[in-house]
Amino acid sequence: MSLSRRNFLRNSRNALIGTLAFSNGAVALLAPSKVWSMPLQQLSSEEGETILKLTRHIFPHDTLEDAVYAFVVRDLDKAASNADVLAMLTNGVKDIDRRAGGQWMPLSSDEQFRHVEAISDSLFFETIRSTAVVSLYNNELAFAHFGYEGAKGDGGYLYAGFDDLDWLPDPAPADSGIKPA
Amino acid sequence: MALTDKQKTFSHDDSVVVIIGSGAGGGTLANGLAQQGINTVVLEAGQLHTTADFLADEWASFSQLAWLDPRTTSGSFRLAKDFAGLPAWIVKAVGGTTIHWAGASLRFQPHEFKALTTYGSLNDANLLDWPISYDELAPYYANAENRMGVTRTNDIGGLPGNNNFKVMNAGAKKLGYSCNTGHMAINSQPRDGRLACQQRGFCFQGCRFGAKWSTLYTELPAGVATGHLEIRPESHVARIEHNKNGRVNAVVYFDKNGKEQRQKARVVAVAGNSIETPRLLLNSASSMFPGGLANSSGQVGRNYMRHMTGSVYATFEKPVHMYRGTTMAGIISDEARHDPTRGFVGGYEMETLSLGLPFMAAFLNPGAWGRDFTRAMDQYDHMAGMWLVGEDMPRESNRITLNTDVKDTYGMPVANVHYDDHPNDVAMRQHAFERGEAIYNAVGAADTIRTPPYPSTHNLGSCRMSEKAQDGVCNGIGQSHDIPNLFISDGSQFTTSASENPTLTIVALALRQSEKMGQMLKQGTV
Repeated sequence: MSLSRRNFLRNSRNALIGTLAFSNGAVALLAPSKVWSMPLQQLSSEEGETILKLTRHIFPHDTLEDAVYAFVVRDLDKAASNADVLAMLTNGVKDIDRRAGGQWMPLSSDEQFRHVEAISDSLFFETIRSTAVVSLYNNELAFAHFGYEGAKGDGGYLYAGFDDLDWLPDPAPADSGIKPA
Repeated sequence: MALTDKQKTFSHDDSVVVIIGSGAGGGTLANGLAQQGINTVVLEAGQLHTTADFLADEWASFSQLAWLDPRTTSGSFRLAKDFAGLPAWIVKAVGGTTIHWAGASLRFQPHEFKALTTYGSLNDANLLDWPISYDELAPYYANAENRMGVTRTNDIGGLPGNNNFKVMNAGAKKLGYSCNTGHMAINSQPRDGRLACQQRGFCFQGCRFGAKWSTLYTELPAGVATGHLEIRPESHVARIEHNKNGRVNAVVYFDKNGKEQRQKARVVAVAGNSIETPRLLLNSASSMFPGGLANSSGQVGRNYMRHMTGSVYATFEKPVHMYRGTTMAGIISDEARHDPTRGFVGGYEMETLSLGLPFMAAFLNPGAWGRDFTRAMDQYDHMAGMWLVGEDMPRESNRITLNTDVKDTYGMPVANVHYDDHPNDVAMRQHAFERGEAIYNAVGAADTIRTPPYPSTHNLGSCRMSEKAQDGVCNGIGQSHDIPNLFISDGSQFTTSASENPTLTIVALALRQSEKMGQMLKQGTV
């Protein structure tokens, strides 16, 4: 395939697109719309979808929106501006499709997982895992989902619930202390 | 106005005391000398930040503050596999690791200065008594506690307990442990011109309110104000030079433009934390000192200690929000005693600890994936956590060496950190995990998770104090055995690691060193 045709396939408005699954979830409350999209510069839409699903197997959070996993794909897509990384990712997708007998995405979840386990020693797997361990959990949507207040705490929790736990007996005063004046 | 704006400056030809590093040791020594009218230059590799620069964002703050210059690792410790290039999490900035420390300020117990005598000799451990006693250091501990504003000393009330503390305290009480919000160098009320703690919970990312003690906004500005202290940030020291009489006389460093500079020195005090300090001495080898400076004993870099550490996190049916408020104001010291009936010598502290969501993902179980991992992460806002920190054994084979295969930006060999747990460390960690779990189970934990040691925030012992020159690198005031005007001024001095967080002891040693060094300089004996 000629270079210019390959570029055309990669760059012609490839994106991940999805809709939020949980209309009452913390992410839905933050999101401006129920439909989301994540443009891709290097990976094709199919490659992006496969990697997203793979990431869902590596770090399975059943009620965590695809939109949050899309951040992982975005960061891998950015890293793929390095030609070696792009080759490793695209070959990794080709490899897992081949292992699945053609296409990995249409398999059942359990069948998909067997192949994920089988490649868990690969550089492809480790690149996704080590990227996801940062990207998946380091964004506002994830913070909302998991109940972490992040930078909202910058002003201090002194009057924002630092000691609002009420399901255990309070510490003895001598063990604790008084709030500042 | 920046710290360095109106400071007195010295020329490269001025024979000043040069201190390498501006943290708990270097910063305290710098002010101590400046207060005595002794001209001092601090060379700090890192940048100058202000409290306004500190970020409420774990990864961004890490990029801003952490020492990220390359290091390598070897040995069986898990860090060599999970974080091969990051054996330690310390700071590269003016203020050193006092920027990101949690504030726990505990005195050593008297017997911990006599580790060899108390514990006896252990196979494969290089135990040694300190050449100083608790009683000799006590007045300096008292001075340090006052200067740093340690809660539960000097009529300073304890910090109010946060949610994470409430869980630890309730569990502790059920098991008959004592548990309070600790001896913390964090203002519970405004003090010393600094605000009180606002329970922001980004202690590890620099205290934006200045409530937590750091040399950045205490010792260093006080020293600069005397007119006898100059701080040079972004000054990365490459080596220390000496004259033909074997006395150090200059420090070579790279300035912020990458240009090599040479500062004349009448005394050099090395306070680069326990990986860079020995690295510097080794990189300063010469034909007169082929094994590196101050290394006739061969102990430079050896006996590196990082404390027995680990964490226990527990999940509960109701929310905790442990990240709200101080990261570490909560402590159980009952297990810090020496009690070999438990199956190990030395003891450990149990201290509350919280990580934000991003760091929890990275450190809860490095390398883990799948449902076992995500099940815990799903419970993030129902989690409580503690850090276990105890005395690890000094071993000659746990050491900092030069990795001549890997060079830094200045072409100098980087440090390799080699560490293997001693059986005593393993037994202590096992006991600590079990007790930590028991505390949380006593208040209804649904699940408990054992977390392995993080990249070391306590780095100790690699240029240790010793009575006899053949057993260590420096004497009881940190003066190197081999070179009278070369001093060690950071936690590298520690003969043994004790069970307590090291900063208060580093500060106390620096206060004492500054007094003794000042006297020696005035008397012309150094």
